[in-house]
Amino acid sequence: MPKSGLTGSRIREKRISNGMRQVKLAQKVGISPAYLNLIEHNRRRIGGKLLVDLSRELGVEPSALSEGAEAALLEVLSDASAGMPAAKAETPRVEELAGRFPGWSALIAAQYRRSMSLERVVEALGDRLTHDPQLADSMHEVLSVVTAIHSTSAILAEDGDLDPEWRTRFHRNLYEDSQRLAQSAQSLVAYLAANDDDGGANAPAGLPQEELVGWLGARNFHVSELEGPNAVSVDAFLARQDQLTSAATTASFAKTYLERYRNDARQVAQNPLARAMKKEGVNPLALAQGFGCDLATIMRRIACQPEENASSPFGLVVCDGSGALTFKKAIEGFNLPGYGAGCPLWPLYQAMLRPMSPIRAVVEPSGHRARRYLTYAVSQPSIMTGFDMPQLFETTMLILPDDRADIPPDLPVLPVGASCRTCPRIDCDARREPSILTNGF
Amino acid sequence: MGKRVLLIEDEPNIIEAIRFILSRDGFAVDTHSDGSTALQAVQAKVPDLVILDVMLPNRSGFDILRDLRAQAETENLPVLMLTARGQKKDREMAERFGASRFMTKPFSNSEVLKSVRELASL
Repeated sequence: MPKSGLTGSRIREKRISNGMRQVKLAQKVGISPAYLNLIEHNRRRIGGKLLVDLSRELGVEPSALSEGAEAALLEVLSDASAGMPAAKAETPRVEELAGRFPGWSALIAAQYRRSMSLERVVEALGDRLTHDPQLADSMHEVLSVVTAIHSTSAILAEDGDLDPEWRTRFHRNLYEDSQRLAQSAQSLVAYLAANDDDGGANAPAGLPQEELVGWLGARNFHVSELEGPNAVSVDAFLARQDQLTSAATTASFAKTYLERYRNDARQVAQNPLARAMKKEGVNPLALAQGFGCDLATIMRRIACQPEENASSPFGLVVCDGSGALTFKKAIEGFNLPGYGAGCPLWPLYQAMLRPMSPIRAVVEPSGHRARRYLTYAVSQPSIMTGFDMPQLFETTMLILPDDRADIPPDLPVLPVGASCRTCPRIDCDARREPSILTNGF
Repeated sequence: MGKRVLLIEDEPNIIEAIRFILSRDGFAVDTHSDGSTALQAVQAKVPDLVILDVMLPNRSGFDILRDLRAQAETENLPVLMLTARGQKKDREMAERFGASRFMTKPFSNSEVLKSVRELASL
């Protein structure tokens, strides 16, 4: 059914609320009652003079009838229905619902968005609890102290004839444990508070890579100080970045990344790249040829090219030869695991199997809203280690959302996830561990 | 003389509380806190029952349990596992390695006492 069909529902609602009979309204605007009936039941499109006449007779602006519920609202309502098929919502009548009960519809949409948001938090926290050693240790510490307090207080509460010496010891233990618990809880809260709202995908502090990505995220992944002819040295730049130099491991990690960033910026300058992308689109191969650089370099540059004071709309994932993710820039709808390995079906890993052979693939990440992404991936030698030494490769994958890419219609669509733990595709052949979403959502 | 329980746990005040409730019930309770020497502590004087924490300094309780089950004199020794991690995979691992029972922290004193009584009477 066309979206404009909503207009009919709203005309009907307004007429009834005005206490006007269908016949009367039809006469006033010069159409037959049967035709108005078809319009009101969204079986005839309406616009132009007739819409203006009807709105005049109903005492509303034409836009109030024609715009109706936003298309976005209908989309969210449809998503909500698709996400919970067991509810057997009358999906074909979604426009009628939105038109007749806009308030209730907005409420359903808001609750659906809220549940999606909470689901993402649960995914991220479940992921973190499993893979974040610092968080696991903190939780273990808290639970151990709670257990000691629980057992000790139970003894004190239940044993009225406790020997005074034991009573004194247990009171002392309780006091000590309560202090420990307070400290542990404060440490835990401080640790969690240091992380971004996304719960781990882009900016959880704690590990060097995460601290760097969090820092980059705050700068839209763009380091202007290292761009252009006036670029400063990485050492001089880093000396002013307290957040990156507080821990030696983070400083070392950041220096390696930023040195590569500076080299990339020398090869592919920001403004020429922006012009080339505007002219030729985001075609990594053509851009790499134009700038005379390798594919991985152009992918990294594309992903850190800011747009209108916002981060680039393109995601980037890099892994080493073991498959461990060494860099993650998530984008909306394409979630990346906060910790641990990614989905084994990602083109990133397919490219690992074919070094120096770039691949292009369309993927559809798991989620309630089916959205497609065009990905480019390439595996290249990362460093020359020497004769008779193992060859080290690095694989890079650029992720383009469907609204920013011309997705070739002939390419097959590959269903993927973020990681097995947070992927609802239960029967996936590539699954290596159960999903925490199996029963929860 | 009551049955002998070896409590392998590194949290001092949990040790004190469990020792108290078991001693009061007639058990003789020995304790050990280091994972790396826990196996020797069991072998030195095999108790009637072991209460074994999973996360110990220097060695995991699962590793200790696996070694206990690999040796003839302790393969049937009742072992009550304690852990702050109550995830399904921890429970499955405890079962796979041969834990007699699995209890997550925080537990109640009565639960511990009941389990110890049942396991010690086997």
